[in-house]
This record gives sequence, structure tokens and C-alpha cells, in this order.
Amino acid sequence: MKNPLDTLWGTIISGLILLVILYVIATKFLH
Amino acid sequence: MELILDRWLHIWAGVTWVGLLYYFNAVQVQGLAAARADGTNAGITKHIAPRALLWFRWAAIVTWITGAIYLERAGIGFVNAFLLRGGAAPIGIGAWLGTIMLFNVWFLIWPNQKKVLGIVPADDAAKAKAARVAFLASRTNTMLSIPMLFFMIVNAHGLPRIF
Repeated sequence: MKNPLDTLWGTIISGLILLVILYVIATKFLH
Repeated sequence: MELILDRWLHIWAGVTWVGLLYYFNAVQVQGLAAARADGTNAGITKHIAPRALLWFRWAAIVTWITGAIYLERAGIGFVNAFLLRGGAAPIGIGAWLGTIMLFNVWFLIWPNQKKVLGIVPADDAAKAKAARVAFLASRTNTMLSIPMLFFMIVNAHGLPRIF
């Protein structure tokens, strides 16, 4: 499997996925 | 220091830091690859990259310090944020992401870029390995910057409840 960080779009999409994961953690478990 | 001055400095330094990060990732990486192909890369590695890295790594330090001061002075609490306590949790996530990014700048990107740019001696194999580590650390910071910026501004606007 290709590393998504090798492309700029893969990096941006990875960042958006991480944002959703952290958002769910923040709203469900931390607030 | 007045809170507004600290916050202004924090955002100013943060724009410089993340702006240069995006320059590296969206412009310089691709530009250097094209320049290597036609043999014009020497000017970039000698004159552009070292200056960009100088502003980049020191802006990162200023951003972190002014951010730490802001957490205390704004009444959020540095420890509360990093322990993700209550209402300090959202900006605490941003603070953790920013701290990981600062670590990557000073302990992965800069030491490896020094080898790549010839600031410290390294053979070709060590340079190739250093370039890969620096590249992935830089890309990791670009990825982390997306949620980092969201959680940094959440404190002023509140965490939106979409679900």
C-alpha cells in the first residue's frame, strides 16, 4: 500500500480524517 | 504581557510557521524535483531552503511559547489543556498537536535537513535517508496542521455539535 503522505492530496485527506476522529473523541468522550 | 499582544504574536508566528510549512509541502518539494531534473537545484538548496528553514524553526518556537502563555493568561490553564480537562480539552487537543509539530520541526526536520543541505557532513546514503525522514516529518506536520488549526479556533467559537 502506498503511503498517503507521499502525495499532497493524500496528506490533506489524512488530515481531514484525523480531524473527524479527534472531533468524535472530543465530543463523545472529553466534553 | 497584555493578552491581546500575546495572542497577536501567537497568530503572527503561527502564520509564519504554518505558511512556510505549506510552502515546503506545496511548492518547494515539487519545485526541487523539477529543478533537479534540469540541474538548477543548487540555488534553491544553497540560498532559499536554509533561509526558509531559519524562519520556520524559530517561528515554531515563538508560536509554542506565546501559545503556552496564552493558555495561562486566558484562564484556561496550561496543565488543564494538556491533561484535556473539561472545557480546556478541545484547545488541549490543538496544543498537543502543535507540540508534536514543534518536536518534529526541531528533532526530525531540522537535523535531517542539515544533512540534506550539506550544513553537516553526510554521505549520499545518509543524505537520501535524511531526506526521506525530513519529508515524512514535514508531511506529517501538514496533516496534523489541519485538525490543529480547527482545535485552536474552537476555543473562541465552541465545539460544533454535528452528530
